[in-house]
Amino acid sequence: MISKIKIAVRCIAGIFAYLASSMATASVVTVENYEYPITDRFVATVVGTPTEYEAKLPSIPFEQRSIDIFPDRKTPDVFFYGKELLYSVALQDNESPLIFLIAGTGASHEGGKNRNMAKAFYQAGFHVVSISSPTFNNFVTAASYTGVVGDAKKDAEDIYRVFEKIWAELADDIEVSTFNVTGYSLGGFNAAYVAKLDETRQIFNFENVLLINPPVSIYNSISLLDRMINNIPGGMDNFDKFFNNLMRAYTNVYKESADAIGDDFLYKAYKALNLKDEQLAALIGVSFRLSSASLIFTSDVVVDFGFIKPKGLILNRYSNLTEYNEVANRIGFTDYYHEFFYPFYKETDPDVTRDEFISAISLKEIEEYLRSTDKITVMHNADDIILQPGEIEFFADVFGKRATIYPTGGHCGNMSYRDNVAHMVAAFTDGGTP
Amino acid sequence: MMFLILRAFIASLILSLAACASYPPQKPASDYPEPIFPAKRILPPGHDDQMSVYDPWEGMNKHIYNFNYHFDKTIFLPVVRGYKTVVPDFARTGIHNFFKNFDDMLSAVNSLLQLAPEKTVQSTGRVLVNSTMGLFGLIDVASMWGIPRPMEDFGQTMGRWGVGQGPYLVLPFLGPSNLRDGVGKLPDFYVRSMIQDEVLSDDVRIATTVAWPVDTRANTSFRYYETGSAFEYRMVRWLYSTKRKLDVEQ
Repeated sequence: MISKIKIAVRCIAGIFAYLASSMATASVVTVENYEYPITDRFVATVVGTPTEYEAKLPSIPFEQRSIDIFPDRKTPDVFFYGKELLYSVALQDNESPLIFLIAGTGASHEGGKNRNMAKAFYQAGFHVVSISSPTFNNFVTAASYTGVVGDAKKDAEDIYRVFEKIWAELADDIEVSTFNVTGYSLGGFNAAYVAKLDETRQIFNFENVLLINPPVSIYNSISLLDRMINNIPGGMDNFDKFFNNLMRAYTNVYKESADAIGDDFLYKAYKALNLKDEQLAALIGVSFRLSSASLIFTSDVVVDFGFIKPKGLILNRYSNLTEYNEVANRIGFTDYYHEFFYPFYKETDPDVTRDEFISAISLKEIEEYLRSTDKITVMHNADDIILQPGEIEFFADVFGKRATIYPTGGHCGNMSYRDNVAHMVAAFTDGGTP
Repeated sequence: MMFLILRAFIASLILSLAACASYPPQKPASDYPEPIFPAKRILPPGHDDQMSVYDPWEGMNKHIYNFNYHFDKTIFLPVVRGYKTVVPDFARTGIHNFFKNFDDMLSAVNSLLQLAPEKTVQSTGRVLVNSTMGLFGLIDVASMWGIPRPMEDFGQTMGRWGVGQGPYLVLPFLGPSNLRDGVGKLPDFYVRSMIQDEVLSDDVRIATTVAWPVDTRANTSFRYYETGSAFEYRMVRWLYSTKRKLDVEQ
């Protein structure tokens, strides 16, 4: 009886949702009365969401596991700990839909953003499987087939293989009704290509897919991020001084406020310090640079390319890596694409030009698919800092009503804001149209 | 039983320290073809290492770092997982508060030694409130009241009176430290034992020697080799040193 009422209520709600969506004349869902409190795109990106605006989420049984993706592969000794891929799960007792979460550039399966999403989806009744970004050190050593990541299709194949192997381990223990996938930033971009791949492989037949703040063209976005580091006065050579000054200023704020360092620490520090956009951009640039430096060195060691480590030189777990670290910190991600990624893949695909290589790593490459499928929805921000001017239009154009563009939030800054968390969950529970 | 395990591990620690010879000697990097981005072209002449920390014992430190990872993986973390499964949430919180109350006592002593009146008053206040109204420290009433928690140890006290950090040091089981902070753990430990001898019954004291390290590990999120940085040892070393520098300054 109760279930019948539930079904009836759902039908009515569905009809209303349909009427509401058909009445919207604009081709993209724009958001009104949006009360996310930070209007500066750089502040939003760095600070995120102040606690009082966050969705209230429970603590969940989020458990780390590991899996050997390539049992026959030998891991370089300097990354001896990266033989197995680490991931995490939060599993329901009953039959439930399953959602895969893909982290953003350089981020781990248990980083803050994935953890938060895991809470939201677990609370909504999903099995959650969270994986690191293909650009994360552990993914490169344990799960990248070639060892050189950053290609849209090859990364999707790696991720798909990981999903399959994890599912093979979980299949005996849990019952799954549908499979779903989401990711933020580069993880959102990956999710689109994984969905496309699933159409031919058909192992999961994903029910719904949500892309959160994805880039359009990887190369455009990394060019923007690479340049942000120039906001450090004196460039990367003054990184330590810049960072120390910032830390010292934070410490003074901390001392004056006499509060324990809580989730709002960054927000309070930002308010008290009155940081300028250039300083925030520098911080974002540094954070991105540390991720890319790690990725570049990892790939260089795994395939022995001779990029910053001399070809043939074997490092072990006790080797001093200082010099490689210093060089890697000074190399942009664009350098990696031109001098490593492109020559590496050109060997197997000699006819493709540099420009073709780069332009292929874009959502535009699979635009036709993205237009035609109705399982993919997008959650984005009009002021995202990783998009070139005008790129946001791509989502309105291609996804139409399946794209929701929030007016503020920067790059992923609003992901734990209550409305956005509700949106994320609704994208998978209300037939894909929140 | 515990002693057997401990002895096995100390033996393996010594073995791992002696194992340097197991890697074949390498030709110097200059004997290999130059990479696409060689240091001599990329690094400006006379540049400073941006994240340098004095680490003359790097070889030994890396072996201990590696040992700690294996100890974590095979013993420490499984025990912590068992602890989290068996002991319910509220009890673990109580146990944690109980130990933090002793930390507060040490902070009070160290704040006094640093001649820092505000911190001394705060730490002492916390101990008084939590030991009485908080039922021997099991409930952190002081935090509910918003009394700040200064965290002062003997390493910081020495820093306050001008002692530098000295060489970076990775301690077996305990992790990143430096010579000053490592030495500072001894008087802290001594004072702590004295207080515990005074206020705890024998049974409870024996229980705490096992429970304290488990509680500490359960409340430390750091995992060896899981930061995702290919340069983790260096990154952790720099972050630790920077943090300790700021701890002393404030």
